Amino acid sequence: MPAATQIVRLNVNGDLREIGVPMHFTLLEALRYELGLTGSKQGCDKGDCGACTVILDGRPTLSCITPVCEAEGHSIMTVEGLADTDGPHPLQDAFDLHGAAQCGFCTPGILCSAAALLEQTISPSRKEIKEALSGNLCRCTGYSKIYDAVMSAAQRLQVEAHLDGSSQ
Amino acid sequence: MIKNTRKSQSDLALIGTPMRKIEGLDKSTGRAVYTDDIVLPGMLHGKILRSPYPHARIVSIDVSEAKKLEGVHAVITGEDIPTKYGIIPWTADEYPLCTDRVRYIGDGVAAVAAVDEDQAIRALELIQVEYEELPAFLDPYEALAADGSTPYVHEPKKEGGNGNVTKQVQLEFGEVDELMVGSDVIVEGQYFFEGSTHTPIEPHCAIGLWDGVGKLTVWSATQVPHYLHRELARVLELDPARVRVLQPLVGGAFGGKSEPFDLEFCVAKLSMLAARPVKILYTREEVFYAHRGRHPFHMKYQMGSTNEGKLTSVNAEILLDGGAYASFGLVTTYYAGQLLCAPYSMPAYRFDSTRLYTNKPACGPKRGHGSVQPRFAFEIQIDKLSEKVGLDPFEFRRRNFIGSNTRTVNEMRVTSNGFLECLESVERASRWRRKFRRLPFGRGVGVAGSTYISGTNYPIYPNEMPQSGVQMQVDRSGRVSVFSGASEIGQGCDSMVAYIAAEELGVPLEYVRVLRGDTDFTPVDLGAYSSRVTFMLGNAAIDAATKLREMVQKAVAGEWEVEVSEVLLAGGMAMWAPDTERQMPIREAFNLAESAFGTLGATGWYNTPKDIHGEYRGGTIGASPAYSFTAHVAEVEVDVETGVVEVEKIWIAHDCGRALNPVLVEGQMEGSAYMGFGEALMEEQIFKSAEQGRAGLHNAPSLLDYRIPTSLDTPELESLIVESIDPEGPYGAKEAGEGPLHPSIPAIANAIYDAIGVRVDRLPFSPPNMWRAIERAREAGTLGVPQLPDGPQVATGKPQTKTVSSRS
Repeated sequence: MPAATQIVRLNVNGDLREIGVPMHFTLLEALRYELGLTGSKQGCDKGDCGACTVILDGRPTLSCITPVCEAEGHSIMTVEGLADTDGPHPLQDAFDLHGAAQCGFCTPGILCSAAALLEQTISPSRKEIKEALSGNLCRCTGYSKIYDAVMSAAQRLQVEAHLDGSSQ
Repeated sequence: MIKNTRKSQSDLALIGTPMRKIEGLDKSTGRAVYTDDIVLPGMLHGKILRSPYPHARIVSIDVSEAKKLEGVHAVITGEDIPTKYGIIPWTADEYPLCTDRVRYIGDGVAAVAAVDEDQAIRALELIQVEYEELPAFLDPYEALAADGSTPYVHEPKKEGGNGNVTKQVQLEFGEVDELMVGSDVIVEGQYFFEGSTHTPIEPHCAIGLWDGVGKLTVWSATQVPHYLHRELARVLELDPARVRVLQPLVGGAFGGKSEPFDLEFCVAKLSMLAARPVKILYTREEVFYAHRGRHPFHMKYQMGSTNEGKLTSVNAEILLDGGAYASFGLVTTYYAGQLLCAPYSMPAYRFDSTRLYTNKPACGPKRGHGSVQPRFAFEIQIDKLSEKVGLDPFEFRRRNFIGSNTRTVNEMRVTSNGFLECLESVERASRWRRKFRRLPFGRGVGVAGSTYISGTNYPIYPNEMPQSGVQMQVDRSGRVSVFSGASEIGQGCDSMVAYIAAEELGVPLEYVRVLRGDTDFTPVDLGAYSSRVTFMLGNAAIDAATKLREMVQKAVAGEWEVEVSEVLLAGGMAMWAPDTERQMPIREAFNLAESAFGTLGATGWYNTPKDIHGEYRGGTIGASPAYSFTAHVAEVEVDVETGVVEVEKIWIAHDCGRALNPVLVEGQMEGSAYMGFGEALMEEQIFKSAEQGRAGLHNAPSLLDYRIPTSLDTPELESLIVESIDPEGPYGAKEAGEGPLHPSIPAIANAIYDAIGVRVDRLPFSPPNMWRAIERAREAGTLGVPQLPDGPQVATGKPQTKTVSSRS
């Protein structure tokens, strides 16, 4: 028997999308299977690994344990929404530059956690970065290169903020 | 065999410099495609029904109700694919789905394909399996002692034999007993290495697509597309020429995806029956049951030394708890002993290694296959010997250094060897001499060393063909296309061939495309295992690129009427060496070459030396074209009230030959040290006993309960690259992906001893295990900072190679 479906409206990366999904679908399933946004990953489907992390109203959120209906009315940002017309987000560029993504499977979730952190502060300490990423398991890097990348992106944001300030 | 004539860094433009990965931005933007990201039109979802018993006979399977369920398109059982498979040709002992017997909780018995995952799960619930439970072997000692009164895990190969024994290896080199008796000091110890598992963040996933007229396509998150190709054809009785394996990017593997798995055969067979594409994605729980991780090792070591600190004799007895199937176990049983004969020279060595089948998920190769466990025991033994003869453990290790261009006691050929430089790097960076035996009670430092192979001289199935091949072509736009069959699992091998193409052909990196992961159009590379890829694929890429470069040089030299050797290709230009103002864009140079020689393409390959190994049974196992070397220092803090060990920092020095891209080498070193740290302190792949209610049930098959280190757990890691420039490696490179894991664990163990005077001989060093060890020491009155050795503390030997990078 097909599961009962529902219509949900999601605000994803600035687009308002309407989809019909089974009642039990998680936000991750809706993103990956209905909207084709496969950047967010399923690593455990239990909220343990953080690979599915997206940004919900500015907060890092585990989409694999968020029922899709609860995401209605909220602003959802996924890894696909981090870049803009100017190019990749400074974090995305820094992850590439510093070798912070090895297999890359945890990377979208880590980027979302890190991006949410940098929305709070553009001068995080290494300790704050560690804490912000403590819900995202990476099995490849030992985290060192990830800290380097987040620090370097933060520095770029600081420089940009300084330039913006001085040009005004 | 390839000889690199260009060895100096000044001759290299890109190699050796920090570079981005070619797929780096795809990975950080979410564009990178992994197997589960692929959706095919009409695709069905498959699920596998798994055994709830550790050991049972299958009396009957009734799939009739499942077949009737709406939305179910195919149901299969073991009878549909009745051919055994296995990664080692001589020990194929698994069926894609069990035919008559299940051997661990999680063994597959039936599979379904349905319109969606929910419906597939409902179909599994309708399958009726009648089992007759059999006594299970969960303990390797009980498996060894079995007399056949209850069924063995597998049928004995010989009448009257013990069917629980996968493999036994006994090898002896030199006069072990004589030299042992003659030793000034002897240290004996028993060690237990608990099993651990890989836990790549990407679960295994595969998609099968049968075209209805004879061609099978399988996408899989595998480390070994070539072996998968072979096994799919053989087991499904298909023409290999009509089987295609595609390997999307792999989301971590670490050895856990280095053989065929049930899901790959099932998606293929289900697709053949349903005439629709079928995907199976393992749940995280299934990943834990698929396992193939680190074998639990029960080890006894006896090692002798002279009073001057020269090793005399080593005697080892090892029992491997293999789980239900052979996997790579034949090799593991050899590696348990064979890979221990460097970086220290030992005049005599004996090991007796036995692998047992037990009714648990099969163990196999995990990063540092077979040698991480004995290295743990061995390096603690070295620490004990150093103390007994009154030497600093660095000094003891230096005195036993095997050297370069030599043979080990088991006749392995060692060429380049930067182990002394590794020791010196970590000794200096960690400020060892200020800390060793001098830190306050509860804090300590420990050192350990190791070696690892850069691939194996002999492939898994006997053949004379190259171990790795690359095809390369250049086009009229100035672009270079590289066709590579190597397995990108995050280590960067796709980027590595691009760096080589750019280096040799003088084009910017962004002009290189790597076309990969498809057995239909890439030459064979045997797979991402045994740390073989950089060494072998790198040499193959140099071979192909050199052939193309020579054609381009010839064409340009003809145009300019100069010597071929005077034409340089670099920075996107062809230049005349005597006067580099004379130049042309590389595109024009390629066009000249195409005019002269026709469409431009070349293949390149690498094969290993085949005549360099010991002339004894097993002498080829562990023989490698080059060995890497590593040394770590760990600094720890131990709370003797709680048993909590905190690792503050690990200094990692690794001789990788040459770092083709130091960023990626450091990534491998740090990732390795991190993974060893996790095994040392927290990871346990363990199973419930009968007394706990469900014999053979995984204790914690989730990423919450099977704890791997988070960002908050992981210590500070400092990478110190050592370059010994290997004579046979590509530009001198050797492996970096597995070696740097080994010393983490014994370095931490030795640091714990330095901190509180307690020897830890079983993994993990978790609070309960530590607490027991601390209590025993408290009762024996040995808790405290050990004595500083009174022997010489001064370094000997002058390092010949340099440490090129140091970062924190």
